[in-house]
Amino acid sequence: MGSDIHDSEAGGGPSAPPDEHRSTTTLRVNGKPHTLVVDHRRALLDVLREDLDLTGAKKGCDHGQCGACTVLLDGRRVNSCLQLAVALDGSEVTTIEGLAGDGEELHPLQRAFLDRDAFQCGYCTPGQICSALGALDEAAAGHPSHVTAPAAPSGRPVPLDADEIRERLSGNLCRCGAYPRIVEAVEDVVR
Amino acid sequence: MKPFGYVRAASVEEATEAFAAHPGARYLGGGTNLVDLMKLGVERPAVLVDVSRLPLDVVEELPDGSLRVGAAVRNSDLAAHPMARDRYPALSQALLAGASGQLRNAATTGGNLLQRTRCPYFQDVSKPCNKREPGSGCGARDGVHRDHAVLGHSERCVATHPSDMAVALAALDARVELYGEQGARSVPAAAFHRLPGQHPERDTEIRPGELITSVVLPAATAGLPSAYRKARDRASYAFALASVAVVLRVSDGVVAHAGIAFGALAHRPWRAQRAEEALLGGPATPDAFARAVDLELAAAEPLRDNGYKVPLARNIAVDVLTRLAPAAAT
Repeated sequence: MGSDIHDSEAGGGPSAPPDEHRSTTTLRVNGKPHTLVVDHRRALLDVLREDLDLTGAKKGCDHGQCGACTVLLDGRRVNSCLQLAVALDGSEVTTIEGLAGDGEELHPLQRAFLDRDAFQCGYCTPGQICSALGALDEAAAGHPSHVTAPAAPSGRPVPLDADEIRERLSGNLCRCGAYPRIVEAVEDVVR
Repeated sequence: MKPFGYVRAASVEEATEAFAAHPGARYLGGGTNLVDLMKLGVERPAVLVDVSRLPLDVVEELPDGSLRVGAAVRNSDLAAHPMARDRYPALSQALLAGASGQLRNAATTGGNLLQRTRCPYFQDVSKPCNKREPGSGCGARDGVHRDHAVLGHSERCVATHPSDMAVALAALDARVELYGEQGARSVPAAAFHRLPGQHPERDTEIRPGELITSVVLPAATAGLPSAYRKARDRASYAFALASVAVVLRVSDGVVAHAGIAFGALAHRPWRAQRAEEALLGGPATPDAFARAVDLELAAAEPLRDNGYKVPLARNIAVDVLTRLAPAAAT
């Protein structure tokens, strides 16, 4: 797959910042490499949405408080609004668009959210699903949470019950209040 | 956001040299607080010196039994590290009580210590704030200050330090290792953050251009029973209204070691030395714990709307001490 080189917003026009305020950065997004010249101010979220047309990750608060922009960075969930693209050179990014297989087959978490009707407006859903995916991997790798018993053995997978799921997804807000269904959807995938 | 230059450092020396060479530079770690403050216009760096990829991402046991945590170790990795969980439970618990899974995956150990207050006046450039703009006044002292300090505040600033991790480090007698133009040095975690006094713009004892390279947890508190308790408005994902870290050892019914630090009560983690001294050599009973904590909190000077913090802090501290006491008995 060829590398796709293009300028990020404000990279070309008359308002282009001087060279000392721009750098070249290469990101691998959903398996595809992209080399971009980015204004240092550019957040990963804006690169995804505006430069790469991957509008699944949503801009909610733009301050790391709502989780709507959650993506996986080198396999770990992060708030993409707080990640400066210039600092991510060489990183691997997975967005909601990258979860399903090549065909029409949805990721089990996507399927479960549909089956459980785990959303109303849907704005937070891509972030919820990417966050849930990250949380499942963290629990499998033995990462405890605030509600894990302190006496639970270190380094062993942590079983996820509803309390664990609620705590681990607390960084994702849903203003429609679909939380009970979101917890059920994630429980379906854990089982 | 103001445009800025960007330099990625390959070594600690290169980072401090780049910082010195660029006026208006800031170090970039996980960026979870700095990038937010840049969006708000509170931070306006001319250059970011990226230290997130320095080889400081290791947790290692030192020959003397202490534990060195590199400044670039992510909060989630430290909280999950078996040596942190098993030897310093209060540290792991404090980290897990802070922020969200996404933020902990990005935030670093060094950055956690250097995060700024979440005082709304500090974060709003249209409001007066002596911390953000010395001499402009304090909007919080007579304004909205329910979340603010009850101990050690000054006429100029009533902000609190927001870190959970730093509270545990203070109670565990950790040290903060620094590297700067004058070489390496280390300071006790409990003395790393300052009280505001006349200079609330200075959060810590760090010198201009100095970089946090690691945090060291001592062998002396390794394996001692410890715990962290946080009171907040929500069950998860909120800053503390009051918090406490406790490290306790009881021998023959008598307190042999007590490390107590409060969070969200002051401009720095508040090491409760008076309470610790009152407890040492005395009985490990709920009454003795309550008397000692009351002695410490007698110094509190609540503002108009945050008097609730004093009994809240008292109750969680006495409860944690009481619950730890049986496990702490040797």
